[in-house]
Amino acid sequence: MSIKLGVPSKGRLMEKTFDWFGARGVALSRTGSDREYSGAVEGVDGVELVLLSAGEIPRELAAGRIHLGVTGTDLIREKLVQWDQKVQPLAELGFGHADLIIAVPACWVDVDTLDDLDAAAAQFRARHGFRMRIATKYHRLVRQYLHDGGVADYQLVDSQGATEGTVKNLTAEAIADITSTGETLRANHLKVLEEEPVLRSQATLFRSRKAAMEPGDRAAMQALCDKLNVG
Amino acid sequence: MTLSAVKTKAAALQAAFEAAGAHPVDCPILLPAGVLLELYGEDIRTRAYVTSDPVEGEVMLRPDFTLPVVERHMAEGAEPARYTYAGEVFRRQEEHPDRASEYVQVGFEVFDREDPEAADAEVFALFSKALDGYGLRAVTGDIGILTAAVSGLETSAARRAALMRHIWRPRRFRALLDRFSGKTEMPASRAALLASQTPMALAGAMIGLRDETDILARIETLRADQAEPKLAREQVAMLEQLLKVSEACPFALEQLRDIAVDMPAIAGAVDRFARRCEAMDRRGVAVDQLAFEASYGRSSMEYYDGFVFGFARADRPDWPLVASGGRYDALTRQLGQGREIPAVGGVIRAGLLVELER
Repeated sequence: MSIKLGVPSKGRLMEKTFDWFGARGVALSRTGSDREYSGAVEGVDGVELVLLSAGEIPRELAAGRIHLGVTGTDLIREKLVQWDQKVQPLAELGFGHADLIIAVPACWVDVDTLDDLDAAAAQFRARHGFRMRIATKYHRLVRQYLHDGGVADYQLVDSQGATEGTVKNLTAEAIADITSTGETLRANHLKVLEEEPVLRSQATLFRSRKAAMEPGDRAAMQALCDKLNVG
Repeated sequence: MTLSAVKTKAAALQAAFEAAGAHPVDCPILLPAGVLLELYGEDIRTRAYVTSDPVEGEVMLRPDFTLPVVERHMAEGAEPARYTYAGEVFRRQEEHPDRASEYVQVGFEVFDREDPEAADAEVFALFSKALDGYGLRAVTGDIGILTAAVSGLETSAARRAALMRHIWRPRRFRALLDRFSGKTEMPASRAALLASQTPMALAGAMIGLRDETDILARIETLRADQAEPKLAREQVAMLEQLLKVSEACPFALEQLRDIAVDMPAIAGAVDRFARRCEAMDRRGVAVDQLAFEASYGRSSMEYYDGFVFGFARADRPDWPLVASGGRYDALTRQLGQGREIPAVGGVIRAGLLVELER
């Protein structure tokens, strides 16, 4: 047997993850053709590379089908109930930074805080006859955040992409989304609330608390963690 | 614990409720999500299972029987009416995965506008009797006293409305009190907005449904609030004193009467509490030992707006309430679109009683 390391299967997230491991003496690489999702690990024994969509890594970790995985904190927190009982963060990798934030139209000069958002939601419901719509794909995190912030009279509407455009398209009044630079928000005439973000996220190496390990696997895990200087 | 034991228990409870004059009703399990969301807000999604119907769209597995029973009564019921029901409810357990997500509730609801305190007492006495011998601790409260106190605060109608809206969110309520009484400073962004003669100058492109009319109206509200004097410290102190009342009913009543001397707005609600105590006493409830907590039901029972009660296992704080209930006039007002039907009721979790019997 061997321990399985799940890594995002494409794009900058994959490249940066390869770089991070490479800098610590563990060479990860894709094998075969460009389109084939298989990989190799050099520099440590007994570790197998599994290339997965970043969004599936939380689920695979929680199910114990992979022992280690690289994904964003945002996805772990959104997708896993009681995440800290299922996975353990080993290292923040220093890239993939993104904040989950609430943004409202920049023309809402009267709304800058959660307190304002709540008051505007009450007024909106009274005038327009329905709850203020907030478009997002991070339902659990945003609902918890607004609950803790005491915001009422809103509803979440699902938006799996192009969320910044929903306000202009009149399918939402505000949004909650991941932002790294804020340029897309500005281009869509939106501004971020002056509050702590819902979540500060970055690419993180997680260890599954659920994955079974054979005696040989423990040695391989220890060797890998020593090499990476984590855990 | 077997399902048949739970069903047997539920049938026995329902028979007792029928013997008390209730008409048995059956309710659908799939409910339209829209109505529930409108009533309870987005937070209902953390508690209820949402699924989709190809024709109806979003539907929810019933998280409780209140909505279908009220709707049914409004459609076909004659007053006064008493209903009982028994069946599964479905609750997502994100925070407590160890708790049951599907369990049997047995309920009793009274729709009677003649004598609300007598109806409150009837429900509570019936539940006390059904739960006698299980070693549960009952706690009561009265959201009506809190709403009366808020509506009597010497401040603007807008501030009272804002506080009223957040009675069920204690932390938010506290934050509003701190702001209205000047304990917390205005955020810099709001000060700048209020100081500006031309607040819309920097608005840029107008997008979205919430338009300039909405924005200017809110700025007007904020300006009016700025001109309003601070909420007096004594008023806040009285409200805090009220919220802290936690005693056996007779002592709680005494304390509330004392507070009512300086806060005459709650006098009517305190009288109703006194009448309820008398009515419960007449029905054989040991009112002298019955706990009353002024804050009870504020964070967990959103739609109750008068009498509230719960029965809990005193030695197991990790257990959910074994039974709970209260008065929900505001909910019937909202569902009835102006037509109000005073209503009070409660539910017992039959499965927890079976567990207690073992």
